[in-house]
Amino acid sequence: MQRGMLHTIGSHVARWVVVIVFAVLLAFPFYWMLITTFKKTADLYTLENNPFIFNLPPTLEHLRLLFGQTAYLRWVANTALVGVIVVTITLILALPAAYALTRLTGRWGQPIGIGIFLTYLVPPTLLFIPLSRVVALLNLQDTIWSVVVVYPSFTVPFSVWLLMGFFKSIPRELEDAAMVDGLSRLGAFIKLVVPISLSGILTVVIFTFTLVTQEFVYALTFISPESQQMLGVGVPTFLVRGDVYYWGSLMAACLIASVPIAILYNLFLDRFIAGFTVGAVK
Amino acid sequence: MAVVETRALTKVFKEGEVGAVNDVNLQTREGEFLVFLGPSGSGKTTLLRMIAGLEQPTRGEILIGGSVVNHLTPRERRIAMVFQSYALYPHLSVYKNIAFPLKAQGVKKELHRQKVEWAAELLGIERLLDRKPRQLSGGERQRVALARAIVREPTVFLLDEPLSNLDAKLRASAREELELFHKRIGTTTIYVTHDQVEAMAMGDRVMVLHQGYVRQIGTPTEVYDHPSDTFVATFLGSPPMNLLENGEAIVGFRPEHLQPVELVPQAATTFRLRVKNKEYLGAEWILYGIVSGGKFDGRELISRLGSAASHQTDQTYDFGVGEQDLHFFDRQTEKRTGAKVLAWR
Repeated sequence: MQRGMLHTIGSHVARWVVVIVFAVLLAFPFYWMLITTFKKTADLYTLENNPFIFNLPPTLEHLRLLFGQTAYLRWVANTALVGVIVVTITLILALPAAYALTRLTGRWGQPIGIGIFLTYLVPPTLLFIPLSRVVALLNLQDTIWSVVVVYPSFTVPFSVWLLMGFFKSIPRELEDAAMVDGLSRLGAFIKLVVPISLSGILTVVIFTFTLVTQEFVYALTFISPESQQMLGVGVPTFLVRGDVYYWGSLMAACLIASVPIAILYNLFLDRFIAGFTVGAVK
Repeated sequence: MAVVETRALTKVFKEGEVGAVNDVNLQTREGEFLVFLGPSGSGKTTLLRMIAGLEQPTRGEILIGGSVVNHLTPRERRIAMVFQSYALYPHLSVYKNIAFPLKAQGVKKELHRQKVEWAAELLGIERLLDRKPRQLSGGERQRVALARAIVREPTVFLLDEPLSNLDAKLRASAREELELFHKRIGTTTIYVTHDQVEAMAMGDRVMVLHQGYVRQIGTPTEVYDHPSDTFVATFLGSPPMNLLENGEAIVGFRPEHLQPVELVPQAATTFRLRVKNKEYLGAEWILYGIVSGGKFDGRELISRLGSAASHQTDQTYDFGVGEQDLHFFDRQTEKRTGAKVLAWR
């Protein structure tokens, strides 16, 4: 009895320790960005100061620099626009491709799927050279449209592979049933497979969007003008001048860009994890 | 309602290999409950899927209601199918599951509620309409699947092992429910199973399949009492029929016909059996005996006895079989033949 209670308390404590350690670890970058955003540069650079608190009163000067003297809002808008377009293109290509590979190509589907995924592993640092020719040929250099063309080259393979996993988990009999019930294969795909794999599709959307926001090599090599920059390149390029780091503004830029994505992730967390097909089969 | 017919229907999955379904000719009767019975891999599900239009036949024709439907998609065949897994749509409520075929086939929206309620009432699931499939028990899921199948008033019902995933107790009641359901709606039904008890209990006729070939088609009495070959003879009945090679013939007799000799006054032949093992099944005993002496020395025979039997293991008893209970098969073809006079000693 005594030992049992001790054991319960012990496991409670252990659980909380793990939770707290991870929470602190994961929240710390956000805290650091937040505090640095509002810290005076003098406060930041004085090594005797406690770095975790405000030693001098907070300031808005970094935000003023970010919004007043760089095209930060324009970069956010560019990135969001490219993100939405690339997500759309990715879904249009990857959904039917993944479905066809899982259901219609028989035993070749899986190897081809893996083959497609392998192209995702070719590093952009190699690919940007031939792709720059493509971009030049299409006359898209120095516009956001260059990356709109290039990004699907890695988002589509990854998404196809991801979606194949989701489609495979849908029992085949469900589609058979839908076709007997009066849908064509395309109808069954749109009205049955897509709604059932909603969690997979959402995962693809968020993954694709994240890949677009964090991509660096293509955005750096294909686009130069400040007004056409993507967030990932604009921020380090224009807020690091020579060896001068505008830490406050850098952190502000990162914080503003990452919070919406973090919220989005948390909002759909259940959907990612949800065993969505539970109850479909006995 | 309609009649389903197949003509020389064949399905070969991989060229050069043995077909999954070979030259199947069958014709259902109006409103009949036809059972496809066979072990796994016998081609019964493939045959059903071809009738449904989910699988393209390699050769042969399928007719529903008198016209060839080979080129028609599943939805154009006006059939309904209940799957082994029930295949309920997990993201839709029971109501929407049942209404799904109506919606898919463009039935006017005003009629949906009325039809769904009719089907739900028929199966006694009115109170489940707002639930999701995952909140239902196995039996309830089966009823929802049936309601979804019946709602569009199909010409033919196809059922693919719908009871195989239920537990034993539920299976018996679900079976009875299916029988009553068929009586009430009277639609031609094809039912696939590997369970001979289901087949015998439910089928108006039973079609026995083995390795893609039809071995026999007939009423449960016909296939049990007059099996067309040794496969059917041993596949139906549990424990299976005893078979003994005797000259040019194979002779078979069911365990329930191998009885203590005093109960078989007109025995065609008798065996002296040493009881190797016995199983008590409540209502009956199953005796496993080894023939001792004579032409069949050492062969194992199975006898099924009433619960009052008191045979002891390792003791020897005399058993006999009546003339009328013997089945004769050709030794080469294993097909049923007429009665023969044979030497038993």
